[in-house]
Amino acid sequence: MWVASRELATRWCVANSRQALSLVLDKISTLVWCLIQPMTFKNMAKKLLGDPINRVDGALKATGRARYSADIKRPGMLHGVLVMSTIANGKITAIDTADALKVPGVVNVMSHQNAPKLAGMDKNKPSEIATDRVLHVFQDDLVHYNNQPIAMVLAETLEQATEGASLVRVTYQTQPVKLPLPAGKADMSTPKQMPRVDDQVDTKRGDLAAGLAAAINRMEETYTTPTMNHNALEPHALLAYWEGDKLTMYNATQGISGCQKRVAEIFGMPKENVRVITQFLGGGFGSKGTTFSHVMLAPMAAKLTGKPVRLVLKREQMFGMVGNRSATVQRLNLATGKDGKLLATAHHSITQTSDFDEFAEPAGTITRMLYACPNLDTTHKFIRANIGTPAPMRAPGEAPGVFALESAIDEMAAQLRMDPLAFRLANYAETDPNKDKPFSSKSLRECYRQGAERFGWSKRPAQPRSLKNGNYLRGMGMATTVYPMNRGESTALVRLKPDGTVQVETATQDLGTGTFTIMTQIAAEVFGLSPDQVTLSAGDSIYPTSSVSGGSRNTASTGSAVTQAAQEVLKKARQMALKDPKSPLFNVAEAEIVVQKGGQLQQKSNPKVGEALTSLLKRNGNKPLEATVQSKQGDEKGKYSMNAFGAVFAEVEVDELLGEVRVTRLLGSFAAGRIVNLKTARSQVLGGMVWAVSMALHEKTVFDPRNNRVMNANLAEYHVPVNADIQEIDGFFIEEADDIVNPAGVKGIGEIGVVGTVSAIANAIYHATGRRFRDLPITVDKVLA
Amino acid sequence: MAATTPAADTAQKQAITLKVNRKTYKLDVEPRETLLDVLRERLDLTGSKKGCDHGQCGACTVHVDGRTANACLLLAVMQQGREITTIEGIAPGGKTNGQERLHPLQAAFIKHDGLQCGYCTPGQIMSGVAVLRDGHADSPAEIREWMSGNICRCGAYAGIVAAIESVKKGDTIG
Ligand code: FES
Ligand code: FES
Repeated sequence: MWVASRELATRWCVANSRQALSLVLDKISTLVWCLIQPMTFKNMAKKLLGDPINRVDGALKATGRARYSADIKRPGMLHGVLVMSTIANGKITAIDTADALKVPGVVNVMSHQNAPKLAGMDKNKPSEIATDRVLHVFQDDLVHYNNQPIAMVLAETLEQATEGASLVRVTYQTQPVKLPLPAGKADMSTPKQMPRVDDQVDTKRGDLAAGLAAAINRMEETYTTPTMNHNALEPHALLAYWEGDKLTMYNATQGISGCQKRVAEIFGMPKENVRVITQFLGGGFGSKGTTFSHVMLAPMAAKLTGKPVRLVLKREQMFGMVGNRSATVQRLNLATGKDGKLLATAHHSITQTSDFDEFAEPAGTITRMLYACPNLDTTHKFIRANIGTPAPMRAPGEAPGVFALESAIDEMAAQLRMDPLAFRLANYAETDPNKDKPFSSKSLRECYRQGAERFGWSKRPAQPRSLKNGNYLRGMGMATTVYPMNRGESTALVRLKPDGTVQVETATQDLGTGTFTIMTQIAAEVFGLSPDQVTLSAGDSIYPTSSVSGGSRNTASTGSAVTQAAQEVLKKARQMALKDPKSPLFNVAEAEIVVQKGGQLQQKSNPKVGEALTSLLKRNGNKPLEATVQSKQGDEKGKYSMNAFGAVFAEVEVDELLGEVRVTRLLGSFAAGRIVNLKTARSQVLGGMVWAVSMALHEKTVFDPRNNRVMNANLAEYHVPVNADIQEIDGFFIEEADDIVNPAGVKGIGEIGVVGTVSAIANAIYHATGRRFRDLPITVDKVLA
Repeated sequence: MAATTPAADTAQKQAITLKVNRKTYKLDVEPRETLLDVLRERLDLTGSKKGCDHGQCGACTVHVDGRTANACLLLAVMQQGREITTIEGIAPGGKTNGQERLHPLQAAFIKHDGLQCGYCTPGQIMSGVAVLRDGHADSPAEIREWMSGNICRCGAYAGIVAAIESVKKGDTIG
């Protein structure tokens, strides 16, 4: 923990902020959040299941007043439209811009022939950090994948730029194309590292061969998952402009602070010269956590033209340059002894990366720790293909990996004629078998029990194909779900004002998870106040540096910073009281002073003695108390395994004549530490479960095998669930106290809804039909085959 | 896409009058400008969102003469004389007890958390208002079916259905 006074290094930014904002056509300042709905605070102890208050930004979003990055304008702004490559491997031999430049309103065409050179280009190489990708920013004539940005037309209106882009003629010298999975398996290699650098690439435990030899039952199957694209509903967008050597960007990013750092690094300029603002973010799911090429291209074009530039990706441009989920080919072996206990597990994953950068989808990491098993091998290999570099996509690795694992577990349970839930309980891991460490907390048994009870699991007949509803075969399936607790570094400032209100400042963003809302709740709880007394200033890099919203880490990271900064302020208030002869708490021991609801300081052993925080501050100079805390992981990670767990139950109906699969019921039970806001948290896990329906039944990016061009780069042919695809769906949380995991006591809920749900659906389809589907998505053609 | 198309044909501006949210706007637009782009870029009504620009996602849903339409599929020059309503035009406006007065469905979306990132929300609400008005909200199954022209990538479908149901049942408290 690092405590500093409030000296923001970026003073120019603060001075600039008012000016910049006033130029934005929107008159309301959306940077400051006030709670509209008053709440009363009932319970002073940290609540395990927090109040389901409405989102602080709900009204702005529901009225259309919320300004997303593509909604921001600047006088004199140019519109940029990208020109994309139409080959997957080769070289640009000529770019003819003559016709494009003739279009009225077109002012320039930026390509490798005239793009500004970047001082930090040496940083554009495969990096230790998963979010720092190799970018295509017009510094050379090479093409590494189809649909790679190669030029950008700049015009006064969007229509002119669009027309101009259609008139740029490009000629290429082409090279043979390296195909993605499952075709391109020839050239496999072992990745140097996993995205979470402390995950090992390959692991071995015990003696796999001996475990297999001693087993009575064995299974071996291969599971495959396709390439997928994030497709947040908001296309990637930014407005960039320069004032001298200072750059401001309104950018749709999941990581304001990371984006600021990365852009500065590649431009080769100090971080303080870059300001990143994300007032509202229309989803991201990982594809906006990385600073991809467009984030550099807009400010480069602004530099080239001397004007503000807005760049909004077209939907079809989001299939390549902004990441994807790697396809996987996974071989699973399981072997059990006579009591149904696992004796051997092997999980071998092949994934894919691009030709120019490395991202290894960590599909096998959960297999190492989910069940007790003495003998286990896991390996990761990847192939290189002429595609855009994969990126983390909601539950990267865990989603495809656990689909394979939990399908295999279900297959083994069927082979043993054991109830799938009973089989999982028989192999319950009391401690983390991979790290050989205790769990900071694990309430999975409770998730199984309560989930099974609410779902009616006991009504599931053991035999597949035994339930019917008219023409439909009905089936029930379940799976374990899990997500590791990730925590990054975040800094927050908390200021308690003499009027009893609290100001929180941190450069975090809210991609729809509810971050802005729950930060006010976290601060309020420390002071015994109601959230409407807390104002959050966020969404802007002028505030203290904060973590990326990815890997379910932001509440653990930024929430911990807010918790610690608020606790630091409270400590200052306690000390002020005990040193103040006029305070009723004068000379009371610090540990004896507690805060009660309404912002009341009290003596613990004698609650009649105390005073309000407001009167204490007023008497002591009428000045605010504040603290800034940089919060990061301590040594708890070395001592414990920290994970959220859950159980998901699915019911499906399958029409075998039509090949139609319907998910009629989905229920998830989750234990993820403290839940700050039951309403937004439930939406998070339900959203994850909808993603699982999508992955199980709908999503697949299809490449043309001649040139790796994506053939379904639009929302009509890249299928995601619509409302009618989601029927009964619910999720609930188990109370779980965990004081070890982090100061906020939270584990993260953004991804756990997806992880196990995919296989719960596949397992339910098995139960309905008696057939296993090991290749996602489970579409009509496969059911009919 | 034809390289030979002279820009002048499509770029020739025309003077038109649009009626949006009960206000009249006179402006010069190119025939190729979509209603969505005119709303967003010319009238600064950025509540209607662009998710695909192809009529595939519903984020741009507005009402034209009382019927839902994807604004990205309409040319602005063809909308003269029609009543256009966007998300900015459905709340009664003003305040009650210091609280902004919202359309009941806007309030219900907030209460039932029928939104996460909020990007699909204006389109969802415009479709939801029409579904309620046209009598297609008699059961959750019917609501789901009629709301299936609006993609929510965040997966807020359960909250969206609950919000529409609650307004149908007359719960307008928000
Ligand atoms: S933007 Fe109009 S339907 Fe998607
Ligand atoms: S709330 Fe994000 S797309 Fe619907």
